[in-house]
Amino acid sequence: MYRYDEFDQQLIDERVAEFRDQVRRRLSGELTEDEFKLLRLLNGVYLQLHAYMLRIAIPYGTLSSEQLRMLAHVARRYDKNYGHFTTRQNIQFNWIKLEEIPDTIADLAGAHLHAMQTSGNSIRNITTDHWAGVAPDEIEDPRIWAEILRQWSTLHPEFTFLPRKFKIAITAAKHDRAAVKIHDIGLRLYRNGAGEVGFEVMVGGGLGRTPFVGKTIRPFLPKRDFLSYLEAILRVYNQFGRRDNIYKARIKILVHEIGAESFAKEVEAEWQSIKDGALALDPAVVEEIKSRFRYPVYESLVDEPAELKAALKAEPRFKAWFNNSVSRHKRPGYAIVTLSLKPAGAPPGDCTAEQMDAIADLADRYSGSEIRVGHDQNLVLPHVRQRDLAALWRALDAIGLATPNVGLVSDIIACPGLDYCALANARSIPVAQELTKRFRDLGLAADLGYLHINISGCINACGHHHVGDIGILGVEKNGEEYYQLSLGGRADEHAELGALLGPAMPYAEVADSVEDVVAAYLELRERPAELFAETVKRIGLEPFKERVYAAR
Amino acid sequence: MTSPLQQKLKVHGPVVITANRLGDGAVVYWTAAGAWTTDIAAAAVATASARAKQLLAAATADFVHAVDPYVAPVELSPDRRVLPGNLREQIRVSGPTFSLPGA
Amino acid sequence: MRLVKGGRVVEDRFVRVLDEAPVPDGVPVIVPAARLLADAAELVRREAPTGVLWPNDRRIAELAPHLDRLALVALVFPHFKDGRAYSQARQLRERYCFGGELRATGHVLRDQFLFMQRAGFDCFEVKKDADAEAFIEATRRFSVFYQPTADGRTVALRARLARAIAPRRERAPAR
Repeated sequence: MYRYDEFDQQLIDERVAEFRDQVRRRLSGELTEDEFKLLRLLNGVYLQLHAYMLRIAIPYGTLSSEQLRMLAHVARRYDKNYGHFTTRQNIQFNWIKLEEIPDTIADLAGAHLHAMQTSGNSIRNITTDHWAGVAPDEIEDPRIWAEILRQWSTLHPEFTFLPRKFKIAITAAKHDRAAVKIHDIGLRLYRNGAGEVGFEVMVGGGLGRTPFVGKTIRPFLPKRDFLSYLEAILRVYNQFGRRDNIYKARIKILVHEIGAESFAKEVEAEWQSIKDGALALDPAVVEEIKSRFRYPVYESLVDEPAELKAALKAEPRFKAWFNNSVSRHKRPGYAIVTLSLKPAGAPPGDCTAEQMDAIADLADRYSGSEIRVGHDQNLVLPHVRQRDLAALWRALDAIGLATPNVGLVSDIIACPGLDYCALANARSIPVAQELTKRFRDLGLAADLGYLHINISGCINACGHHHVGDIGILGVEKNGEEYYQLSLGGRADEHAELGALLGPAMPYAEVADSVEDVVAAYLELRERPAELFAETVKRIGLEPFKERVYAAR
Repeated sequence: MTSPLQQKLKVHGPVVITANRLGDGAVVYWTAAGAWTTDIAAAAVATASARAKQLLAAATADFVHAVDPYVAPVELSPDRRVLPGNLREQIRVSGPTFSLPGA
Repeated sequence: MRLVKGGRVVEDRFVRVLDEAPVPDGVPVIVPAARLLADAAELVRREAPTGVLWPNDRRIAELAPHLDRLALVALVFPHFKDGRAYSQARQLRERYCFGGELRATGHVLRDQFLFMQRAGFDCFEVKKDADAEAFIEATRRFSVFYQPTADGRTVALRARLARAIAPRRERAPAR
């Protein structure tokens, strides 16, 4: 956990006062909606179909138990008793009143939480690996760098009115759990041949109307140059990114239109003029930030303690959950536990105030008071003693948070869709609900193995449909909801965009078609360990097309 | 459903003017008396473009009480009740199509 | 339209010269970019101050050779959502060390004054009277800044190191 100091706190308190004044001026008519929209979006306030929505930043997906209790309080006091965890490691509340938002964010500020730059054409919440700091395969904690970026990007005097939104993700592990290649800037922290640790810098990734996988413009960036180089990228984008067409305004289009090489050249020229200036990172500054990250005091324990072995033997349901939801920790005797927010029939990523409070209590008891939010819309308890796993499982099971489907077919990513969102063409959540019911057989799910279904209700792709093994995109045809399927996408270090299977189908046929696709995969995969995306790559779309369209 | 903000004003069948209330975001409708109501049944219904444009202009002029008014289709039941004209408007009237987690 | 400089509403002493109009002698003028580039040699000989109106889609590098003879650069915000001139302002101040007046023109909101000031602007054409009057308040809303710019404000990263010897005052965690 990063601990705010007096500067961090002062800034968010001042921001609350500023936004209170902006809301007051809008309600009194001093500001037009056009003017206010710019200001409210910079504070994460959207207008959805039936109410305002407030999106709260969870920097790099890390929450303390106190912060989670504060989110529960917001759900109860200002909303309808629940919140929705998003694919960007944030949380959003769907029934907020504009008049109450100043009080809401004042409450949040008391828990070191804010909603700054969770929307608008600004640098958004910096995301990273939800296992940061505890993953066995990482070289250092990427959240230090994410926090440096959080501060650098907050109320940036030059980059708050960019051509379009801007998303940055960092990974420091071998396996990319942060989907860095589908971000405006993706950063991979690694050790080079000379033994130095630095960043591979990728730009121009992103989904939406024109999806791209990011391109590497600098294979190795020393830590010292971290901020100056990013400032150079943003300066080039701010000046030359397109502003004539909202659909062509993301950096990916600029990089695509002028080419990654000339984009890199522009950045290089800009960077040369600033790299030795005030942004050159003094190791003391990095140390200062690092010193405010608190880690639990780990006990010296051994892996697979007797308590765990006994419980695995005694409880088949515990064993199934353990095999699915518990992952290796970098410290012996500890484990990383994923809490599925995808029980059968529920909206993906939703969590009630009661569940939040209960999770906060469990985090206090079993996980060093820390919780993580993953981009797959699940939560994580990152520091659990293996000997406590059985007790934790019983507690989670009692509140509906122990569905052993993490990473499996029913662990669906979905955007809010037409049930909430003013931009959507079609519903996402009911499609997800139906699919989780169809795939509620956990034996089948386990047999299928890692398989992600991602659902977006419109081309903006908040549900990341391009990078799902099975992607579902809602479109509109003659006033009716239709859905396109795409297959073979993935968001990890082998990032790949899914390919369109065929013509869109009506709502009623989606679940059947997905079942057909899954059945075809079961039959056609070479061996159980062949991932869905690998099967698609090997045999192409044709066999899947036949199954889906021949029958209809 | 194409975002209403992108619609050209061609009217086929009955329409109303709808928006969200500024202070709390509630769904509201423009009445014949020139005010906002949360009750779709009390909305002014237009069946011709000229009338719809007139209502929209009046509603848009009031930017202190409501946000981004637009023209939305409605259906009239045999007993002349005003009902939302598509799924999007149906959801705006009745809320999400599934039961809410916190309920 | 009000002109705010040094936190106060001031009289605009500069006269705008339209595209092909003759440049008056003896008064400060603002000329269009094309005019500056075409007539640079003549404009240099003027005694009264000369400024330029520089569009936000032209590189500052093109303007750089003329900067030491300019008293003012006016940058343009065609819409308050269009943030290109923030980058131009920082380049002018920080890379080219331009020391003259840097004026924000076009569509400027009260809530953007502080960003603009931090980027290097010191003079603002303001549409709403109330915004002009609120200038000082709007630019003093924040006392903590994370990014180093040429505006001279102390940045949190540095302030932290400065207090490194003093005991850290840490905020108590939330309730």
